[in-house]
Amino acid sequence: MAALLQIFIFLPLLGFLVSLTLPERDEARISRTAFVTVGAHLAGFGLFLLYWAISGFPTLELKEVDLFRAGDYEFFIDFLFDRITATYVFVGAFLTFMVLLYSRHYMHREAGYKRFFSTVLFFYAGYNMVVFSGNMETMFTGWEVLGITSFLLIAFYRDRYLPVKNAVKVFSIYRIGDIGLLLAMWMMHHLFDENVTFHMLENHAFVLEHLQSHAFVGALIALMILVAAAAKSAQLPFSSWLPRAMEGPTPSSAIFYGSLSVHIGVFLLLRSAPFWRDQLFVCLVIGLLGFATSVVASVIARSQSAIKSQIAYASIAQIGLIFIEIAAGFDTLALVHFAGNAFLRTYQLLVSPSVVTYLIREQFYNFVPRVHKVGGMLPKKLVYSLYMLSVREFNLDAFMYRYLWNPMKRLGNRLDFLTFWRVIGIFVPLYLLGLYFVYNRETLPGTITAVLPLVFSLVAAVLVLKSFTERKRARMTWLLAVMTHFWIALAISFNENFDFSESYLYLSGVAIAGVVGFLCLRRLKLLEGDIDLDRFHGHSWRHPKIAFVFLLCCLCATGFPISPTFVGEDLMFAHIQEGQVGLAFLTSFSFIIVGLSIIRIYARVFLGPHAKSVYEMAYKSS
Amino acid sequence: MSARSGSPAQSGSFDEIAVLHALEHYLPKQAPLKDFVHHNTLHAFQDSKFYDAARNASGIFGYSVSLKLDKYRSLYLDGEITPAVLDWVIRSRKGDQFELWKKKVVEEPFAPPSLPRIGSLRANWKRGHRVDLDSLVHPLLFRILCSYLDQGISIWTFPSNGEGFLSALRELEGNSLTSFFRGKRARKLLLEQDCSIADLLKILVRDESLFKHYLFDQQFAHPGWSGMVSVIEAQPETLIDRRKISLRELIVFELLLEIDALDAHFAEGWRPLLTEATGEPSDILAEVPETELHEVMAIWQDALEWSFYDPVLSAIQRQPSESPVLSDKTFQGLFCIDDRVCSFRRHIESLDPHCETFGTPGFFGVEFYFQPEHGKAYSKVCPGPIDPQYLIKETGNQDRREAEPHFSKHSHDLLGGWVFSQTLGFWSAIKLFNNIFKPSASPLSASSFRHMGRLSSLTIENRSPDDRENGLQIGFTVEEMAQRAENLLSSIGLIRDFAPLVYVVGHGASNTNNPHYAAYDCGACSGRPGSVNARVICAMLNHPDVRQILADRGIGIPAQTQFVGALHDTTRDEIAFYDESSLSPLNLERHRRNAAIFADALALNAKERSRRFALTDSQLPPERVHEAVKARAVSLFEPRPELNHATNALCIVGRRALSRRLFLDRRSFLNSYDYRVDPDGKYLLTILRAAAPVCGGINLEYFFSHVDNQKLGAGSKLPHNVMGLIGVANGNDGDLRPGLPSQMIEVHTPVRMMIVVEQFPEVVLQTIRQQSATWEWFANEWLNLVVVNPESHELFQFKDERFVPYRPLTERLDVAADLEKLFETQADNLPVYALN
Repeated sequence: MAALLQIFIFLPLLGFLVSLTLPERDEARISRTAFVTVGAHLAGFGLFLLYWAISGFPTLELKEVDLFRAGDYEFFIDFLFDRITATYVFVGAFLTFMVLLYSRHYMHREAGYKRFFSTVLFFYAGYNMVVFSGNMETMFTGWEVLGITSFLLIAFYRDRYLPVKNAVKVFSIYRIGDIGLLLAMWMMHHLFDENVTFHMLENHAFVLEHLQSHAFVGALIALMILVAAAAKSAQLPFSSWLPRAMEGPTPSSAIFYGSLSVHIGVFLLLRSAPFWRDQLFVCLVIGLLGFATSVVASVIARSQSAIKSQIAYASIAQIGLIFIEIAAGFDTLALVHFAGNAFLRTYQLLVSPSVVTYLIREQFYNFVPRVHKVGGMLPKKLVYSLYMLSVREFNLDAFMYRYLWNPMKRLGNRLDFLTFWRVIGIFVPLYLLGLYFVYNRETLPGTITAVLPLVFSLVAAVLVLKSFTERKRARMTWLLAVMTHFWIALAISFNENFDFSESYLYLSGVAIAGVVGFLCLRRLKLLEGDIDLDRFHGHSWRHPKIAFVFLLCCLCATGFPISPTFVGEDLMFAHIQEGQVGLAFLTSFSFIIVGLSIIRIYARVFLGPHAKSVYEMAYKSS
Repeated sequence: MSARSGSPAQSGSFDEIAVLHALEHYLPKQAPLKDFVHHNTLHAFQDSKFYDAARNASGIFGYSVSLKLDKYRSLYLDGEITPAVLDWVIRSRKGDQFELWKKKVVEEPFAPPSLPRIGSLRANWKRGHRVDLDSLVHPLLFRILCSYLDQGISIWTFPSNGEGFLSALRELEGNSLTSFFRGKRARKLLLEQDCSIADLLKILVRDESLFKHYLFDQQFAHPGWSGMVSVIEAQPETLIDRRKISLRELIVFELLLEIDALDAHFAEGWRPLLTEATGEPSDILAEVPETELHEVMAIWQDALEWSFYDPVLSAIQRQPSESPVLSDKTFQGLFCIDDRVCSFRRHIESLDPHCETFGTPGFFGVEFYFQPEHGKAYSKVCPGPIDPQYLIKETGNQDRREAEPHFSKHSHDLLGGWVFSQTLGFWSAIKLFNNIFKPSASPLSASSFRHMGRLSSLTIENRSPDDRENGLQIGFTVEEMAQRAENLLSSIGLIRDFAPLVYVVGHGASNTNNPHYAAYDCGACSGRPGSVNARVICAMLNHPDVRQILADRGIGIPAQTQFVGALHDTTRDEIAFYDESSLSPLNLERHRRNAAIFADALALNAKERSRRFALTDSQLPPERVHEAVKARAVSLFEPRPELNHATNALCIVGRRALSRRLFLDRRSFLNSYDYRVDPDGKYLLTILRAAAPVCGGINLEYFFSHVDNQKLGAGSKLPHNVMGLIGVANGNDGDLRPGLPSQMIEVHTPVRMMIVVEQFPEVVLQTIRQQSATWEWFANEWLNLVVVNPESHELFQFKDERFVPYRPLTERLDVAADLEKLFETQADNLPVYALN
């Protein structure tokens, strides 16, 4: 029975691949492919549910494939099926099916019809990978797919400024969540000394046994999971991304940001609950975060004058409540609440254009001049302050800038002395030297080899910071991003029991992507001249093919699960030892920022209003 | 060109009032969604000639004002632009330089036009200071504006004392622990000073000669919100929940936010805007020099237009100058001039050759405000420029308004949302499922038939001079009725030979999930359905005292003739008749037969429309196609419930004989007019006074929304987000998007409207000279005008303020053998055909 599970993972993936081969303008076949894929998925899953119910709702597990094995390290794909998965798959399949049918007419004649359906199918594949996942690695694979498809859907109208800007914004919040997940994976690996599956975590005694001696690490892992969940589910302090994600066509906003994507954080909490439920402190933190979010978000929702933002904040508030429910152990209630909230918000978003007809009519018949009241009995000063805070969304949008991105930019600006040739001149010889020592480790004293990983990972961090904040040369930024990976590999190579050949797995994807990506940029520079990063150029307008190839390079170079780099990334982490917190932090930092930096190059060079076709582009403000 | 020249900017001093006035003149004039009225998007330039206006608008504001050069050339290669017409256009413009210009037009490459002036000054913030001021200011500015103007989306409203925007902001800032500003200075400026625009600009720009340009750059960086503010300033009554605001207040607040953003961005202080000397003229509104490219584009545009006009004129010329006298007429029908009704009338006439149809603006000459039962406000149901003095009230409406819990504010509360999502949430899933598989009417949709209860009563006759409400007279007196009835009948030439039944058919539209719903109803009724007007004029015409007065004035309506009001829903192709119970038994009998003809005509009309709907199978029999077409009006997922005025290009003012035997592909407005009734052009003036702004407004809004859907149109409607019930924006932080969304205009062909009048050229010339606003439309070439001599059928083109003979180049007129076949196979524009 468990073997059936894989069908539900591969069906959407197959649909996605088929959709890629269809011609751009053939709306009928594109939508039919999507419709048949998800329809078959929904129907098949219905039958499966029946079978599962008859069998008495067993928890199913399927260990799919070993992607890589070296020593005690094992990267395997693992699937799990229980009532949580059942709920998520059902809601997901139903809503995706509905929204695809809806979009068949709705998207008619829209430029990017194919792009839309392909991306939705890919999203759906990622969604299934997450909800069927049996271990963190599998989940992370799907998690990455969700991140990139969200980026592509928010930036669906890629010729306008705001969608692209907001897509990068949302992507960067997602990356913060990814740090949480990466670090949690690393710590769990060391806590349990093996790649645990979620199923193993349900073994109470097994978890307790490991937690007893490492209570602190246990709490840390749970908190890292919480960061990932909070980022994905738009909880504090990340909430402001959700309304800003509503830049795509209404049905895609409805399904992703109204229902499926935004509830993935909830899923992560439900899935990992057996691990942290016994830690009272963690339960309290999750409950408090949910509580704070639901209060703040429902206050913000009250002053929103744009319909989609109002729905977004109302939804965030409900997800806050779901967090509380999970923290309190009411998992079933949380699942019901999730399904109801997902359906409700999807529908509300889909009918949101009708609000004008409906409310204007209501107003026409029932208008009473509105009393300008906020907050009831509170003193005026407090009332006004609350109102203003609520209009400004409690400054949440500025918060991330003020405390995260701006300091990083300031730090990066200090590195302005690094020009292209200095980068080459300093870091390439240095790297070669480092490489020499990897193979001749014995020539160095032990104390030095012990600190070298940290030093080299620091170099990686510096490079990636420079890459992230560079405002001018696109090609140098690209080069820096690619070099970051090499330095990370070098840093980890100094750890014991490490064979540098393992790095080949990691670096092979990066290297090829690096070269092809560099050639793309070079070609574009020849054709168009200016591709500096201080603004959006929108070159996909005239060079969609180069844009697509470069996007693939970006995906490979960010360790997206289409290249061996993906397994390699996890592998690198596995080699960071328990005590090397600094190394783990710097490495995860570099991974995250390198992804951001690369997406930023893609967005700035290829997306946004086409700089050379002023007369055909929308206002920057629209 | 008063606003563009002679402004004091050249002398270097800043005149705040003049600049604000100029800004208001150039900003978009689109009212809030509920009052959507079509207008010339480039209204600010209407005092100059079309091509000069286009050149200036493009060079100053960066609009695209024509198709792309490549597009014209490919239309030429595809044969849509006729070679003979192109040659004729080049010859008439360039005379002996024909060969040279033909080459330029058809094949020579041109460098893209230089950058527009707008935005060039404020670009220095980014260039010189490395700060993206707009991204720092816009999101907060839009958010606060939208909160202030919001008509009912938010739950908490903006605390306001009703004394204006800045006053409300001062009240908030003065009594709060927090602030909209990041720093202290701007807040202090707001609270402690009067804040003149010039003072604030001195901080930001310093050089006074740049102030005007700076303000234009600033406001045209978000024309949507600025335009909305200036419209609300001019017509505060357009908001049901009134808000006082002015463009000046918006500018002051925006300048404060800019100062604040710069203070926050540059902790160490900043200098006023650094500018580099450019060769640009100091006045942003100065005339844009003409280039060869401009001339080439004008030639192409003329060629595109005349490639369509010429065959039509040739066909019109071939029509008989007198219509055959119909013996026993079955019925007559009065319809709106609307282009959407063009095909409906053709189908009715083809199903019943003994009927007669007429076209007249769909408010049928009765101008008033309408108050539905329980309505808290009045709706104007006549053309925008008219200021009615009458009120018609509805009583006895039996329709019930249903509530839609999904729009309940409680679903956004914390606990309300908890309950809603666990209960209503699951119901949403079922509703979604139902609407996708079986779309049906719901409280979400706008339906033309709900405008007025079908069986309700109207206060049509005024009882006494004291019967007034809020300055409006309730109902019309008998004399006032007779006057309107006479005007209507005379203007369309229906003064004798009445059939036993005369239908007066208004029109409206139905759609779901469409914030632009008001743009789909009758333009002559200020974007509302014409049902009340149809009923009101029928009641007048059936009134015995009115008939008596009319008879005295030479319009004898036989006693057995009865007028019946009706409403045609152009989206669903359905019709509702009113007051059928008052028909005589004999007429009721006739009416039943006629109603069946209407029903068949509607199905055929639906089939004809379906040829443009790629996802509807036009091959099915008319009844089946009709079902599919009806579903569009109630489908949540249908962004094109109907195609509205897309492809409109013509307006024929004359007797039906000119067009009855022609297939005009739903592209023509049709206004009935009989030159014999109107030797001195009195009624013609009334017709053109309404037709020019209404048809011209519709035509030019479609034109410009098509050629520049991004800046002059609203872009794709798929990502639209409703802001405060007054407008739509993209996403969360975007500017309002005035104009038409791409789904409304994509099948449109941007040609200016040609008005064809059946009258003697001298009479027409004398008529249009009488009123300067109407004259401007023709003299400045915003509309093309051709006159058909009713006796000789010679054609005269209005050119350079006089009529010159026009001889069509087209020499043949094809006959449409099988229209239904055409509807099944052709999706694109069809040429004019003779009907057999």
